[in-house]
Amino acid sequence: MAELSYRDAVAAGIAQEMRRDPRLVMLGEDIAGAGGVFKTTVGLLDEFGADRVRDTPISEQAILGAAMGAAMTGIPVIAEIMFSDFLAVCFDLLANEMAKASYMTAGQVTVPVVVRTANGGGSRFGAQHSQSVENWTMMIPGLKVVAPSTPADVIGLMAAAIRDPDPVVFFEHKSLFAVKGEVPDAEHVDRLGTAVVRRPGTDCTIAALALMVPRALEAAERLAADGIDAEVIDVRSLVPLDTSTILGSVAKTGRLFTVEENPRLCGWGAEVASIVADEAFWDLDGPVVRITTPHVPLPAAEALEDLAIPSVDRIAATVAGSLG
Amino acid sequence: MSAEPQQLLAPDGTLHGDLPLPLGEISRLYRAMVVARVFDGKCSAMQRQGRLATYAPYEGQEAAQIGAASALEASDWLVASYRDAAAMALRGYPWSNLILGRTGDERGGHAPEGVRVLPPSITVGGHMIHAVGIAWAERLKGTDAVALTMFGDGATSEGDFHEAMNFAAVFATPTVFFCQNNGWAISLPTSRQTAAETIADKAVGYGMTGLVVDGNDVLAVHEAVRRAVSTARAGEGPTLIEALTYRIGPHTTTDDPGRYRDPAEVESWRERDPLRRVRRFLETQGAWDEDAQAAAEHDAGLEAEAAVAAAEMVAALDGDEIFSAMYAVPTIHLEEQRARLRRDGR
Ligand SMILES: Cc1ncc(C[n+]2csc(CCOP(=O)(O)OP(=O)(O)O)c2C)c(N)n1
Repeated sequence: MAELSYRDAVAAGIAQEMRRDPRLVMLGEDIAGAGGVFKTTVGLLDEFGADRVRDTPISEQAILGAAMGAAMTGIPVIAEIMFSDFLAVCFDLLANEMAKASYMTAGQVTVPVVVRTANGGGSRFGAQHSQSVENWTMMIPGLKVVAPSTPADVIGLMAAAIRDPDPVVFFEHKSLFAVKGEVPDAEHVDRLGTAVVRRPGTDCTIAALALMVPRALEAAERLAADGIDAEVIDVRSLVPLDTSTILGSVAKTGRLFTVEENPRLCGWGAEVASIVADEAFWDLDGPVVRITTPHVPLPAAEALEDLAIPSVDRIAATVAGSLG
Repeated sequence: MSAEPQQLLAPDGTLHGDLPLPLGEISRLYRAMVVARVFDGKCSAMQRQGRLATYAPYEGQEAAQIGAASALEASDWLVASYRDAAAMALRGYPWSNLILGRTGDERGGHAPEGVRVLPPSITVGGHMIHAVGIAWAERLKGTDAVALTMFGDGATSEGDFHEAMNFAAVFATPTVFFCQNNGWAISLPTSRQTAAETIADKAVGYGMTGLVVDGNDVLAVHEAVRRAVSTARAGEGPTLIEALTYRIGPHTTTDDPGRYRDPAEVESWRERDPLRRVRRFLETQGAWDEDAQAAAEHDAGLEAEAAVAAAEMVAALDGDEIFSAMYAVPTIHLEEQRARLRRDGR
């Protein structure tokens, strides 16, 4: 086991797959010479060359469109959209083209594209550079959606996403880039559609994603001091969604909390709450509670951004208040 | 098709052709460039001190911004980007607003009544079409106001550029497209942004006039924009102007250009500093001297201090403010969330 930062794990995961599959190429803005504006792709140009690691003009539609075109001929492509906010700039390619190609060709055409993008708040970048938009992509039939919270998962889920024949949107969280963690030395390939129980517990279930996972874990430790034993699930993959892990946990604990960074309306936790209401209603001892960012863009001001995004304090207090 | 960039002032301060403006006006433009440079240095310094969030310096682009902005009338609109503070300030967008905005306070984006300047666009290319819609609306209202939009070389690769240019030309809206080709878009040089010989060449495909101007020559920029503005005002349609300039500093305060560009290139552009040539010209005309320079720098320093003080005096935002400006007519759902956050207080 080596220790790697989440940031370096991005390049490590991509490199692992580029070594394995010589067809795999990558394109995006400032990813090659500069190694990415978040330095997540450092070293890839040197190892794999400019034909495989390609800087593009500032053309998000062309990045996704060209990736899709190449992918339809069987070449797997990693396409980077610098900030997830700019998925909106190229949404047609994502929502109407990539997502529907298989369906509209009766399964003949597959689109092995991974759309990597820096997601989430905490960097004081303001309303148009901080959003958590995983729910934008979760709602599109035809896309798969992944958002890892640890360096090992970055590598393992990256590999799984690249090897998956369908379009996968891969959300890298800006506020996790500096976080370090153990990663396997050998080739590491995980599975899409699997959640992980990060902390077993018996009193309630807290389902969280990406940056919200370490916060939920910290909140769980605080709750433990107050005699509340929370189980924390890292959802990891929104599409496919590992409902059995979530439902199994709720069957055990009887209470569910979701911790979501996305704005409240139609956040991913709303879907989880709906599934649990549908399939585990009689397991529940109380209402499903969603802890989310309010339905607002993220403020650029430090204090306000911290107020808006669910904090350890807010998670712990909400859980304690609801169980209490 | 490309001709030499239009130039009136050579880098050594020699004037080619007729004086486009009275000397007093040229001194005024030069003074505005001095102010702009002082503010740029101040903002970069404040960012290093942790008093501002990420900042995009415009050092080296003062002639392009001041030259273009000075060719507009008070009733005209400016629709610019994150690197265009000098142009925005000249059009009446207060420096204190620009600084406040960079501290992360959205009230910086609230311009004083009557100032026809949109807040800086952060999404590359997203704003160009606004200048088309604004210009169209002014026509609908029967005014003769013009909208000028500023953007970088990189922004011309966005689909938005194509659609904005085409719309403007088809509608013949009174829009001026002003591209500051500063050589770089973060780490990508212009040569890898476009295979066209010039960005101005792109105008042809839209049925629009395109021209290239020396962007470090404030007089040439002013003249070119003044003409494009009067063409637009006369109802004769939009123009694309490409101002050749250079981004002396990093892309933003978080960027390290050492990773991707040769410092010798930066030095060669410092030789073509946009302020120096106007100053030389004014000095040869007897319209400027050491004392005037000292006074201009002193005044600029005071103006910067006052703007910073004004921005830093604004009381910190309250948590409630997150919700206040969400809608003109608030929704019940959001009011509930406001109440909840207020109650929980965290
Ligand atoms: C739609 C979109 N894509 C990418 C970015 C990230 N980004 C910010 S500035 C920039 C470079 C813009 O270059 P250019 O248009 O030449 O203007 P300059 O920064 O050189 O003034 C990029 C890629 C963005 N803000 N918006």
